[in-house]
Amino acid sequence: MSERVSDTPDARIPEGPIESKWSRHKRESKLINPTNRRKYEVIVVGSGLAGGSAAATLSELGYRVKCFCYQDSPRRAHSIAAQGGTNAAKNYQNDGDSVYRLFYDTVKGGDFRSREANVYRLAEVSANIIDQCVAQGVPFAREYGGLLDNRSFGGAQVKRTFYARGQTGQQLLLGAYQALQKEIAAGGVEMFPRTEMLDLVVVDGHAKGIVVRDMVSGEISSHAADCVILATGGYGNAFFLSTNAKGCNVMAAYRAHKRGAYFANPCYTQIHPTCIPVSGDYQSKLTLMSESLRNDGRIWVPKNKGDVGKPAAQIPEGDRDYYLERKYPSFGNLAPRDIASRSAKEACDDGRGVGPGGLGVYLDFADAIGRLGKDTISARYGNLFQMYEKITGEDPYTQPMRIYPAVHYTMGGLWVDYNLMSNVPGLHVLGEANFSDHGANRLGASALMQGLADGYFVIPATLPNYLADQKPGSVAADAPEFKAAEDEARERVAKLLGVGGTRSVDSFHRELGLLVWDKCGMARNDAGLKEALEKIPEIRESFWKEVRVPGSGEQLNQELEKAGRVADFIDFAELLCRDALHREESCGGHFREEYQFTEDDPEVSSGYTNEGEAKRRDDDYAYVAAWEHGAGGEPVLHKEWLEFEDVKLATRSYK
Amino acid sequence: MNLTLKVWRQGGPNHKGKIETYPAEDIPEEASFLEMLDIVNERIITDGGEPIAFDHDCREGICGACSLTINGVPHGRESAITTCQLHMRKFRDGDTIWVEPFRARAFPVLRDLVVDRSAFDRIIEAGGYISARTGSAVDANATPVPKADADEAFEAAACIGCGACVAACKNASAMLFVSAKVKHLGNFPQGQPEAKRRVLAMVRQMDEEGFGNCTNQYECEAVCPKEITAEFIADLNRGYAKASLEETLG
Repeated sequence: MSERVSDTPDARIPEGPIESKWSRHKRESKLINPTNRRKYEVIVVGSGLAGGSAAATLSELGYRVKCFCYQDSPRRAHSIAAQGGTNAAKNYQNDGDSVYRLFYDTVKGGDFRSREANVYRLAEVSANIIDQCVAQGVPFAREYGGLLDNRSFGGAQVKRTFYARGQTGQQLLLGAYQALQKEIAAGGVEMFPRTEMLDLVVVDGHAKGIVVRDMVSGEISSHAADCVILATGGYGNAFFLSTNAKGCNVMAAYRAHKRGAYFANPCYTQIHPTCIPVSGDYQSKLTLMSESLRNDGRIWVPKNKGDVGKPAAQIPEGDRDYYLERKYPSFGNLAPRDIASRSAKEACDDGRGVGPGGLGVYLDFADAIGRLGKDTISARYGNLFQMYEKITGEDPYTQPMRIYPAVHYTMGGLWVDYNLMSNVPGLHVLGEANFSDHGANRLGASALMQGLADGYFVIPATLPNYLADQKPGSVAADAPEFKAAEDEARERVAKLLGVGGTRSVDSFHRELGLLVWDKCGMARNDAGLKEALEKIPEIRESFWKEVRVPGSGEQLNQELEKAGRVADFIDFAELLCRDALHREESCGGHFREEYQFTEDDPEVSSGYTNEGEAKRRDDDYAYVAAWEHGAGGEPVLHKEWLEFEDVKLATRSYK
Repeated sequence: MNLTLKVWRQGGPNHKGKIETYPAEDIPEEASFLEMLDIVNERIITDGGEPIAFDHDCREGICGACSLTINGVPHGRESAITTCQLHMRKFRDGDTIWVEPFRARAFPVLRDLVVDRSAFDRIIEAGGYISARTGSAVDANATPVPKADADEAFEAAACIGCGACVAACKNASAMLFVSAKVKHLGNFPQGQPEAKRRVLAMVRQMDEEGFGNCTNQYECEAVCPKEITAEFIADLNRGYAKASLEETLG
């Protein structure tokens, strides 16, 4: 057993019982009076659920906000693509839900690798989010009585998910976007669309601004502020193929990491079980089929390998293996994502996968259509069925969907304390970009909840703890640190344009993604990770020798944008694999083949869990791995040991 | 499959543009339209040229970034989809395909197929919201909303702000876009206090941005990837007439 000594900065978790930590913290937090707030300038990078809601709310409070996004409009941030819903401990269904249960489910769902106090706060403010969104006019699904409807998501035994058909992310984002536009009109927010952050500027150890590139004119400029908030999403596109939007990237977070911010748990990546399978090497992205489909769809593969080529309809009921229902009778098809994904992989590795290449399982609605009728199913999932049909040319009303796991979300991110501030004073990180509340696996309908919790309710309360000690406007964009960062950014652009090779940026991104997926995807092992760590530097070397970035820096240049992002993905992928190699245990989305339950374990022989399930090693690894970008680029590990006072550390079982 | 592309190329906002021809060879029919363009661009890059610029992001029909006019129709001829959801199996081997930006005076071209649609953001800024300061909301179930009203609001709220409605309209009118937002917010009790102000401000901003008027051509409805109905335009006109009359009368 290792000595449990944390060497990350103080996480500032408030004292006292978990139920009162957040109210106590708010009570004890600093305040800035309304007249003084307008003297402070706040930079928000990213305009999704976390960034958009933070920018709007901080402006309402009176701060002067500058908000940046790479999209042509803040309304297009990738939160918009979230389908299924957002959790809240409202207990409107009277089915026994509570703040504690949402907290417990989230900690357990994250395989006991998250910080209890943060998760409890998340569960607490979840209810306020629904109130806020309804007040903004978010058209959640309603029952005939006019009250809000709920459905179930994975890893929960209650119905606490609020939804707007299969477009919940879109509707919540439009709510935040409209609040943001309201504040732009009121003069509190200055918006910079089609603007990409190229670097973080740190002055006297504090984050005081950013360097950006105007993606239309190519102009590189600096913006100074009293603090910087990053809400720039996840790094799933390190794998090239993912459910992320094409533009999603790790650049802002990685640049901040290079300027001193710790990157926590990069190996915690979520592979979502229900995505449309890959169909060819031309493919540019993968499409998610919402987890909500598992409320009514049943997942199966043929019992016999000999049946895999047959049409689904010709395989009789008795010859089908509804493997989630078989292995996890209490949760069935609503087993959490990490578990459902690994089970699909197991079935396919066993030679029982369906469709081209044998990399697919069925998600079958025949029973639900028989029980509820086609109209009901269409009302619940119509747009998802249509999306599936458009992509595959197959009709899911008459034949089962084929699905396979794909990279979807990243639980890792920049390390933050309870105030959502990183170890670099002044740099705050919200939403998917922080390492946050989901531990080693995020439960469905929790990403929207976290993004909005951070932006609407947490950062407005915690930001004054930093700002109150700062003299407003103390640093201006003509400080030498800005000039130096700008020069570096210009040099990097020139370097990318000047390589003069013959290979496209995409070809390198694909090569990197395939490698990372293969060696650091759903299952990882020591040899594979070491191989990846040898190959990534080779990819980097050929990238900087052979890439061709056409055009100039003084124009709209999409290849240049991609090149900057891919260069950072290459560097970042090394950290991702390094973290996966160091964590010699399996937990949540991080499955190390060397650490799984076998028939010799008492937990298996007693029937508590199954052979092949993830085996944690709490004595040695119940910590947050926070990586520092050390001198010479060598990553230095810092540990934040996790204390579990309100949830008992236990082997996760969904049987 | 093998195709010929006729693509609008334009170096920058103030450059003159023209149609150029590109072969698109060995395209898998499972590929999406944008993946076909990726393949063509990959070849242009390795051959030493400058790739075709186009907006795209989520590639699953929800972000509203992709904006191509394909064979004269915004998002192509298939109904109820965005450009990124169009697949090559809908074309035939040997086809010639014309690819142009969404054209409208209020959507200036930035480069090739990329246009500036920030006018839509400014219309929302003018009044496309409900002012609900964070933290001031009452319990979400305090005000029941009839399911039919909520469902209709959702139909309108499904707008992705892509601008196909404008590009399809011979008047480059943004009435479908504006009416969808007015309908969405106006269908909720919490949208009522600002309803009159909203409709007046949004319509005036729309006019100021240089969008044309509606002359009931219904092209907008036909190309809308989210099948938003032009009936909302009739509601918008009624709401606007009523609000401006009340404004005049005081």
